[in-house]
Amino acid sequence: MATTTELEPAAPPGRSDADRLRRKAKRRRRRRGDLTGWVFVGPATVLVLGLSIFPAVWAFFISRKRWDLIRPPKDVGWKNYQVLIRDPEVWGAIQHTLFFTALFVPISILMGIVLAIALNQRIRFVAFYRTAIFIPFVASAAATGILASFVFEPQYGIANDLLRRVHLTQLGFLESPTQAMFIIVIIALWGQVGFTVVVYLAALQDIPQDIVEAAMIDGANRRQIFRYVTMPELAPVTVFTAVWQTITALQLFDIVFTTTRGGPLNSTTTLVYYIYDQAFRANRFGYGAAVSYVLFAATMLITLFMVWYSRRTKIEAF
Amino acid sequence: MASILTRATADALTDPPVEKPGRKRRRRGILPFSAWHLLLMPVAIIFALPLVQMVLTSFMTDADINSFPPKFIPRSINFGGYVGFFTDTPAARWLVNTTIVATIAVVSHLVLCSLAGYGYARLKFRGRNLGFFAIVGTIMIPVQLLMIPTYVMFSKIGVVDTLAAAFIPWLTSAFGIFLMRQFFLSLPKELEEAATIDGCSTLGVFWRVVLPLAKPALATLAIFTLLNSWNDLIWPLVAINNQDNFTLQVGLTTFQGTRRTQWSLLMAGNVVATMPLIIGFIAAQRQFVATMTFSGLKG
Repeated sequence: MATTTELEPAAPPGRSDADRLRRKAKRRRRRRGDLTGWVFVGPATVLVLGLSIFPAVWAFFISRKRWDLIRPPKDVGWKNYQVLIRDPEVWGAIQHTLFFTALFVPISILMGIVLAIALNQRIRFVAFYRTAIFIPFVASAAATGILASFVFEPQYGIANDLLRRVHLTQLGFLESPTQAMFIIVIIALWGQVGFTVVVYLAALQDIPQDIVEAAMIDGANRRQIFRYVTMPELAPVTVFTAVWQTITALQLFDIVFTTTRGGPLNSTTTLVYYIYDQAFRANRFGYGAAVSYVLFAATMLITLFMVWYSRRTKIEAF
Repeated sequence: MASILTRATADALTDPPVEKPGRKRRRRGILPFSAWHLLLMPVAIIFALPLVQMVLTSFMTDADINSFPPKFIPRSINFGGYVGFFTDTPAARWLVNTTIVATIAVVSHLVLCSLAGYGYARLKFRGRNLGFFAIVGTIMIPVQLLMIPTYVMFSKIGVVDTLAAAFIPWLTSAFGIFLMRQFFLSLPKELEEAATIDGCSTLGVFWRVVLPLAKPALATLAIFTLLNSWNDLIWPLVAINNQDNFTLQVGLTTFQGTRRTQWSLLMAGNVVATMPLIIGFIAAQRQFVATMTFSGLKG
């Protein structure tokens, strides 16, 4: 909390008493204003800063130590970062994370646009469709993961049962190193598409009707209206959604933890899962902190790049 | 960041769009219904089906579930899964824990974020800009970076493994403060000024004039906080090892190793963990959807 006290400067000579009194009163009023202000914002501000800026800085110091929380920490300088660059598991985790992001972000945006346009039509059952598509979004990752393990269970699961009915090959799904990440993308989409749909639905209904009408009067057909009116209007939302979904995707952990726990054969180990594994399973807190700084830097860079790119292309999303 | 989304209204989302004037209704001759149904119907079914199966399976016996080929509809209603869930495991305790964490999170968010949001929006005091700037800056920091130092910090002060460890990070949030500040900035100043002239104190203005106007923003904040704190997994997972202090979500994940095949119990647990939010969602759909567009966020 900021201090509300200040040194009282000696009154400059040659001023009248009345002047001094007025300034004193003003100062007291200001001090009371400061106090009221900090009564309002103080508790929340202290909590937020104490639980984010302080640990964020401390994480850097931890990342330069070898520390299992049992024995006293040992300073190792940049060694954690040097090890990290040559750690094949880190590179694997980065690959899996980027693979997931590259699939998840475009598909969730595309599905968001298409389904939002469909839900924006004046047809029957729209309320039912919208509810059905949105509800998975409120289900927790733990529940989603357990449910997915059940649906994709190779022997008894309904997914393989459906494949069997249409006489297709049975799949291993989450138990196959080559398929597991795809299934995780599908699970993530199931939970997250509701969000992009709602965002696009809002954006669609935000498009001023007079632009659309003007285009119609000018003789534009439906496709032209979509291409030259709707799409440019959706651009800022798309930038926002892309940035948002990218950040979410780079931090993928919950679904991995509740389905595959990084397996089979480490094929679904993401960066955050690796951080969790190193710090809280292997008790390598220093190393885990170093990897989390790499994640932080990568997230920051990608976000800044996307914002910069959207600014350059004159899409005002931020 | 949410500015582009705040324009959307809930009404626009939950009511079917009005027929646009001047557009001729075109009827495609091939289908008796709109072609959009061909897209929406299968998608909606795919999205809803797993949850329907979850509920149905929770009422089956394990023998039925593990029969071959898999059954979708239970032959009879069976409560074994629920009984097992609440008697063989500390689930009741976990449910209470989750409720405590979520309640503290929501109440504390409402109080602290609205106070701070109002302070940063309206009051003049030294350090205001610096404080607000620092808070907004923290939105960029990912939770995963904070996990390790926070755990170390909590273990030093002896909070780790207690329920407090689960709710302390949920007491307030930079995003909540930001959200409330934006809302208060959008209110007209005149009411507050009139109340001040009538001799109302700052706290009185806040309590009697501003807060009653802030109900929509408070509802948004409450829903958002409830959703995220109820569903939070990674933080309670690392912060709590004592089984009695687990939250429901953490508890559920522990079953996967030990009760892998007790699907009726697992599904019953899933239903207990998700149904409160799903029922809440259906009951308050309008506000919920507005929240999501307003905030553009989920954990």
